[in-house]
Amino acid sequence: MKIAVCVSHVPDTATRVKVGSDAKAIDPAGITYVINPYDEYAVEEALKTKEKFGDDSEVVVISLGGDSSKETIRKALAMGVDSGVLLKDDNPRDSIGVAKALAEEIKAVGAELVFFGKQSVDYDNSITGQLTAELLNYSCISVVVDFKINGSKITAEREIEGGREVVQTELPAIITCQKGLNEPRYASLKGIMSAKKKTIEEKPAADSEQMSEVIKMHMPQPKQPGRIIGEDSSAVQELVKLLREEAKVI
Amino acid sequence: MAAKILAILEQRDGLLKRSAFETVQQASQLAKDLSLEAEAVVVGGDVENINEISNYGIAKIVHLKNSDLSNYSSSGYTSAVSDYAKETDADYLIFSNTALGKDLAPRVSIRLSAGCIIDCIKLDSSSGELVATRPVYAGKALVDVKLNSAKKVITIRPNVFKAVPLDTPLNPEIEVKEISSPDLKTKVIEVKKSEGKIDVAEADIIVSGGRGMKGPENFHLVEELADVLGAAVGASRAVVDAGWRSHGEQVGQTGKTVSPSLYIACGISGAIQHLAGMSSSKYIVAINKDKDAPIFNIADYGIAGDIFEVLPVLTEEIKKIK
Repeated sequence: MKIAVCVSHVPDTATRVKVGSDAKAIDPAGITYVINPYDEYAVEEALKTKEKFGDDSEVVVISLGGDSSKETIRKALAMGVDSGVLLKDDNPRDSIGVAKALAEEIKAVGAELVFFGKQSVDYDNSITGQLTAELLNYSCISVVVDFKINGSKITAEREIEGGREVVQTELPAIITCQKGLNEPRYASLKGIMSAKKKTIEEKPAADSEQMSEVIKMHMPQPKQPGRIIGEDSSAVQELVKLLREEAKVI
Repeated sequence: MAAKILAILEQRDGLLKRSAFETVQQASQLAKDLSLEAEAVVVGGDVENINEISNYGIAKIVHLKNSDLSNYSSSGYTSAVSDYAKETDADYLIFSNTALGKDLAPRVSIRLSAGCIIDCIKLDSSSGELVATRPVYAGKALVDVKLNSAKKVITIRPNVFKAVPLDTPLNPEIEVKEISSPDLKTKVIEVKKSEGKIDVAEADIIVSGGRGMKGPENFHLVEELADVLGAAVGASRAVVDAGWRSHGEQVGQTGKTVSPSLYIACGISGAIQHLAGMSSSKYIVAINKDKDAPIFNIADYGIAGDIFEVLPVLTEEIKKIK
């Protein structure tokens, strides 16, 4: 079986964000980029599925972005993915634009099962997997924390408010992965060495009309620091009074 | 004929969720601002409180009904909603940004060739076109976004837009449309509920614990305070990664971004990933023995003391007033 995993190259979550001079995106100066944390669960699940299906199956990693996205592709290759594709685009695009380019490539590769992270931690869109599924007319289960596949039948659990839904569907399908699904493996030294020899195919990402437009990026209103009302439980009465009478939240 | 806005509402177990009424109210507001005709759309089997929709500003209610759609089906709901939106030539669709909304809205937007903005925390149509504000980087920054497509799909973050019932409710006009043979290619066969727990994403009050709790065996102190407040229990990434608490409770950049009325941080120092996920809470209380912890920079009220001494007293004091 052909399995694809779609990954995104994003600023590390410890990044302090500054708005760039165009006021449309962040200032990239001094930022460390990493594989999107949720995409690591996607890579792991793709590799586990490949191991289950055996030798005639194959995993390809696909990423859309600039040259630097190759670092994230290499990371997936080092974990054990077989080959990589970089859909080159140096300009920002909206989720639908990303999904259209990914859908074309997934079709070209012929992948029947595709894993995504449930959301990227930059634009926090959490919809690229679902959009891609709809473009390909694939089934889709999002925010998955448990995944089982038997032949072409899939049973997965997805996180919802206050619980989980157990969902059934069939291939072809897209699964978006949530923390808790698995423990992503570390790349071994051998994996890192062999990743250097694996091919990354580069091609321009398919053109797409942008449907949404960022007018302005800005910082949230900074929260005014409040006050420390005490250093032990003798401050509790005062706290409860403030919550009742000033904040009126209890 | 005026252009149309559809509020797509979520029911669970035959009851509309609170976030559904928030969606109704925002749709009704946009309808006024942009001279649209508003309709509320509910997918599912029997829905007990469907009449309540009109209390929040929309009289026209369409119930896309089939008992096989009582539980969510990604394929079934996508077809039902998209077909209805095409049939009525709707220009705007508004959903709540819940697990269901986030799954459904993007699929519908592709079917309708509509642009899609998700997780909006502010909607402004004063310029005659809709400009939505949404957080990015887990709330470290915000973007103002507009859609250039003819059809538009948006989702709004639950708990941000409060639903306030009208003084004089409208007279509901409910149209039931039976959905014959829904597409159940993807279907929910079981819903596993976490017993009696309130989810952090939906809670109005959250009591969160961090590494300062020193171990999973001490979290009963957090749970007891949450209990007396009717609050959800949250957790920092450190304690989730250590296996003390489940990921469903994690607040922050790789967990949930929350905006409750009151957030009580217990033994949480306030790493940037955590602050990003909760700093838009209306009121923040921090209890932490390190008075230099970053959490105090954003807390409205702080107690720089021993969590194990302060928490039980706080729980007792709140019990007294409840």
